[in-house]
Amino acid sequence: MKVSRPKQQTTKIILDDRFCKGCNLCVQVCPQKLFSQGEKRSRGGYRMPEVGHEKECSGCLLCEMTCPDLALTVLRVGK
Amino acid sequence: MHPLADKYLRQAALPLIFCPGCGDGTVLNVFLRAVEEMDIFPDLALVGGIGCSGWLPTYLRADVLHVLHGRAIPFATGLKLTDPRRKVVVFTGDGDCVGIGGNHFIHGARRNIDLTVIMMNNGIYGMTGGQVAPTTPLHGRTQTSPYGNIEFPFDVGDLARAAGATYVARWTTAHPKQLLRAIKEGIEHAGFSFIEVLSQCPTQAGRYMEGTSDPGELLTLFKKRAISVERARSTAAQDLRGRIIVGKIHHLTEKKEFSKTLYESFPAEAADNQDHP
Repeated sequence: MKVSRPKQQTTKIILDDRFCKGCNLCVQVCPQKLFSQGEKRSRGGYRMPEVGHEKECSGCLLCEMTCPDLALTVLRVGK
Repeated sequence: MHPLADKYLRQAALPLIFCPGCGDGTVLNVFLRAVEEMDIFPDLALVGGIGCSGWLPTYLRADVLHVLHGRAIPFATGLKLTDPRRKVVVFTGDGDCVGIGGNHFIHGARRNIDLTVIMMNNGIYGMTGGQVAPTTPLHGRTQTSPYGNIEFPFDVGDLARAAGATYVARWTTAHPKQLLRAIKEGIEHAGFSFIEVLSQCPTQAGRYMEGTSDPGELLTLFKKRAISVERARSTAAQDLRGRIIVGKIHHLTEKKEFSKTLYESFPAEAADNQDHP
């Protein structure tokens, strides 16, 4: 029997619009598929990715380590 | 911005010069983590060659030499010999390391001097407009090989091992966690450590050789082609064609390190060097 319990948000994903170049590598590497191509423009004029259903984030930090412009930060929140 | 970038990078030089989706940024990202986890920033000295990858060390707030094309390892050798307590890390590209500086590379490896050489391999001369490099795969289309490359590429990991390097590892930008471990091992290892990172170049190599300029797709190709050293040993040679063998290729701890041997031969000079940090 699968037990489902309400998920608590444990991470907060911050994208810096000063440095994001819209390469969408985070969209590719995230195992939970949290990112998607967005419409908002960064200050350089690139289309930045959007973060959805952040509660599913497992905190593996693959997106943070892959980001070539160090624009992405995964903060731990809560406990 | 990431807190590590705040801590270690020159703020006036940002944003990074690399094209969107360039793998060199990932290497910088992972290297900053290695520096943070090992806490070696005050002892760090970086050397960069010419090319996109040569720009990488100039962003760090550490002591940096940005030197002649292909001559990063000779400069690093001098730096290491004048101050053996330094952790000297060389950032170089495939054209810089085995193309123009091929001879310097094999002789650095032969001496087994305590350097960590991180070579970013994108298989092309990206910055100068996409010319064929010694690491361009067979039949790869570039600006100077429009009908496909007819030369065989270097296996740089094997070259380093044959030349005498004592730590050789190969990873791709699709394996950042394994790369972090390899960089940490390479810096800790007393001897010539060579880490090859296959890095995507969406602007040149991706567009002309792989037929896509989407960095995400290039990363997927790396993941698909990668095969571990252990599995590659039990795989037939024809199945390994076009595959990337990743992992720790060679690790030898018995061989003596060059700067140590040199200072042992001249104890008076070594003592003098201790007085002037």
